[in-house]
Amino acid sequence: MAQEVWIVAEQRDGVLRKVSFEIASAARRIADELQTDVAAVLLGSGVSALAGALGKYGVDTVYVADGPVFQNYTTEAYAAAVAKIVKEKDPAILLLPASVQGKDLSSRLVGKLATGMASDCTELRIENGKLVARRPMYAAKCFADVVIDGTPQMASLRPNVFAAVEMPKAGTAVAFDAAIDPASLKTKVLEIQKESGGKVELTEANVIVSGGRGMKGPENYALIEELAAVLGAAVGASRAAVDAGWRPQTDQVGQTGKTVSPNLYVACGISGAIQHLAGMSSSKVIVAINKDPDAPIFAKADYGVVDDLFKVVPEITKAAKELME
Amino acid sequence: MHLVVCVKQAPDTEALIKLKPDGSGIEEAGIKWVMNPYDEYAVEEALRLKEKNGGDVTIVSLGPARAMESIRTALAMGADKGIHISDPSLDRADAFVAASALAAAIKSLPHDIILCGQRAIDDDSGQVGSILAELLGVPQLTIIMKLEVAGGVAKAVKAIEGAQVVLESALPCVVTAQKGLNEPRYASLPGIMKAKKKPVDVKNAAALGISVEQKARIIKMMPPPQRAAGKIIQGDDPEAKARELVRLLREEAKVI
Repeated sequence: MAQEVWIVAEQRDGVLRKVSFEIASAARRIADELQTDVAAVLLGSGVSALAGALGKYGVDTVYVADGPVFQNYTTEAYAAAVAKIVKEKDPAILLLPASVQGKDLSSRLVGKLATGMASDCTELRIENGKLVARRPMYAAKCFADVVIDGTPQMASLRPNVFAAVEMPKAGTAVAFDAAIDPASLKTKVLEIQKESGGKVELTEANVIVSGGRGMKGPENYALIEELAAVLGAAVGASRAAVDAGWRPQTDQVGQTGKTVSPNLYVACGISGAIQHLAGMSSSKVIVAINKDPDAPIFAKADYGVVDDLFKVVPEITKAAKELME
Repeated sequence: MHLVVCVKQAPDTEALIKLKPDGSGIEEAGIKWVMNPYDEYAVEEALRLKEKNGGDVTIVSLGPARAMESIRTALAMGADKGIHISDPSLDRADAFVAASALAAAIKSLPHDIILCGQRAIDDDSGQVGSILAELLGVPQLTIIMKLEVAGGVAKAVKAIEGAQVVLESALPCVVTAQKGLNEPRYASLPGIMKAKKKPVDVKNAAALGISVEQKARIIKMMPPPQRAAGKIIQGDDPEAKARELVRLLREEAKVI
């Protein structure tokens, strides 16, 4: 009978991504409640040695398929491999990250395993031996508790929400043969163009500084970038700023952009349209800087400064810099 | 080139969402319904592919009677015909059931590329395109920002964390559209007139021969957690306020 709690770990270029430890920790907590083991599936090329690192975060067994066919992520090879080992071992619960790769892989697995999944969850609990997953809907205008009647019970977990907690377990690597014929694959990765300058990714950032319509033009984002540099933050933007062409689409936070959950979100010149709030309301601490005291963003903010951002933001940068030094 | 686009009707992004008192769902009264914005990119991309390569565009939508409005919108933009999957037993369809219904309708159509929005802004689940691809036994390219189709091959660009990936897929395939893929056109007045005469087939679950048993079940819906009232930092001097903010972030919130 299905029992164990499983995760699919995510690595890139042979390095486990932080979200893998977050979901391992979430899996461990649930498994302890269910008095069962945690196993991880790890795919890649030359990645077998990473099993121990997962063990540190509570994983008992790591099923590894290692080979050149897994060098770059493709839906076909990865989904076939995970489905094969899941069907063989029959875990009760299967968790994946709601990262870009995890969203693609998890949803294909729902099809392959003919089950159900709660996407982009922010809380998990066990009730009567079953997983109950809480997730935002309607761009976080409401939340839903979801149960899965299929097997395994699948959930994808929003990055940066679940704490990664060290809890040493064996992390024993068990190799398995995914039996993927590279010639059968209908998709391939032609190229991966890395963004230069080690930019902090919004969905993984601990701190985000965002600018909106109040920035008045693309040239003024230097103010935001300077503060971001001091705080080690990623730079975000509102839909207004992206639609005006001031910032790239990949910077957009909100309902038709990225959903972010940093420890600190600093909104500069953002009024707080409902579709923007949707993307950042799960941030732990929110700071709003806006000259309009009636801006809706202040209703969500933990700390507000009602003033001209062009006067305040450089002063914040200066004060933060002094503090850091 | 035979193009199929899956569209869903969803509450407008500015809509206020109110829950029924028992938490069983949302109050639909007073909501302005629109075509899911990501689906608009999918429709536009299909129309551009048709304009370049010839062929036809079929719109498939699952939803109650009002979903017909979104089908008509897509037809007014330039799509050729529609299929409306309408059945009260599908009102609470989860992603797997919805994808099963769409797959059953699409199987009987010639299809080279099936386009969907990368997710719908109502349930935000983002699963249907991939499940549909699996059920049709075709590859998927998800959350795509750029698409080129030539020589029976689709080449697509997607953004991942910190990088852009260029992918290639054989046809047929499923492509899910991300914002940035294109700028959707508005329906023209002649387009709207013509759309009224374009054929739309209405099908129910029995006609499609699918199981309506959901695998993901919502047990309760609730409003978002309330945030405690925030602190407005008082004063007239920007420098003093900035210093106070930084102090609070370090000493009280402990986030910097």
